[in-house]
Amino acid sequence: MADYAEGQQHPIGLYLKIWALLFVLSTLSYLVDYFNFEGLLRWTLILTFMLLKAGFIIGIFMHMAWERLALAYAILMPPGCLLVLIGLMAIEANYTFLTRSIFFSG
Amino acid sequence: MSEAMATDSAPTPTGGLATLVNDWSDDKQTFHVPWGKAMMWIFLLSDTFIFTVFLTAYMNVRMSTTADWPIPSEVFALTLFGKNIPLILIAIMTFILISSSGTMAMAVNFGYRKDRVKTASLMLATAFFGLCFVGMQAFEWTKLIHEGVRPWSNPFGAPQFGSSFFMITGFHGIHVSIGVIYLSTVAFKVFRGDCDKKDNYEIVEITGLYWHFVDLVWVFIFAFFYLW
Repeated sequence: MADYAEGQQHPIGLYLKIWALLFVLSTLSYLVDYFNFEGLLRWTLILTFMLLKAGFIIGIFMHMAWERLALAYAILMPPGCLLVLIGLMAIEANYTFLTRSIFFSG
Repeated sequence: MSEAMATDSAPTPTGGLATLVNDWSDDKQTFHVPWGKAMMWIFLLSDTFIFTVFLTAYMNVRMSTTADWPIPSEVFALTLFGKNIPLILIAIMTFILISSSGTMAMAVNFGYRKDRVKTASLMLATAFFGLCFVGMQAFEWTKLIHEGVRPWSNPFGAPQFGSSFFMITGFHGIHVSIGVIYLSTVAFKVFRGDCDKKDNYEIVEITGLYWHFVDLVWVFIFAFFYLW
């Protein structure tokens, strides 16, 4: 018999509030493009809104905020390795771009 | 952070990190959640790796190509009522998916209240939103293919754009489609009374995890592919 946290039920108001917040964040994300933000500000806003939305979806909608740490860490830490992959691939792409620019320019 | 559960042996820890140590030292099982839930989380972890690898590959080709990358706000704009609105279809698709996540969260909530009809109805509403999303994505694909976008070239810019777009949105679209079938199946089972018979609505929450993941992937695709 699996023993697990019974405290998974929350007042529905919490979900409705987070749901509204997700709509707001999505609108803000869209406005970043609509109002043609550029450069570092654009990237910062896009990433911030994206991470906030992801955080609320994982934490509240997927209940992660109320799960035991063993499960939370087992799921949320491995993607950290992916950040390493992304970093390595960015370095490689940059190098490829450099060599293409040098050797294939007309 | 979470409630500590009474075990047969050691006194119950109340601190977060103490539960971590306790769980990993447990003699029977580490994850004190229903088996199906743990398995779904682990599956979603693997799926996270798959989508991350695709998005990383997209980042790599976009960074390394010397050709200009097509501008998403132009490629994905629609002309409505004479006005050219950038990314409007994508914005609507995002709202549809967020709506579906909301109905899913409510379905899970009613599942815990063991409300058979509301749970099944909300799951079907979620599936309906998912179906709308796939329909719109299919429309997007048709439009782009009609305009000459191919996996190997396109009239808008760097030739790698097409394959990145079709791979990433294609995989995501398949996940949504599978989710629609999955949701409909579970909704039918719930409506039929399977959960009442077993007196647990766990499958609703597990289905919910999958669906929220689908929405989560879209959050990243939306940010990295369409907005960037």
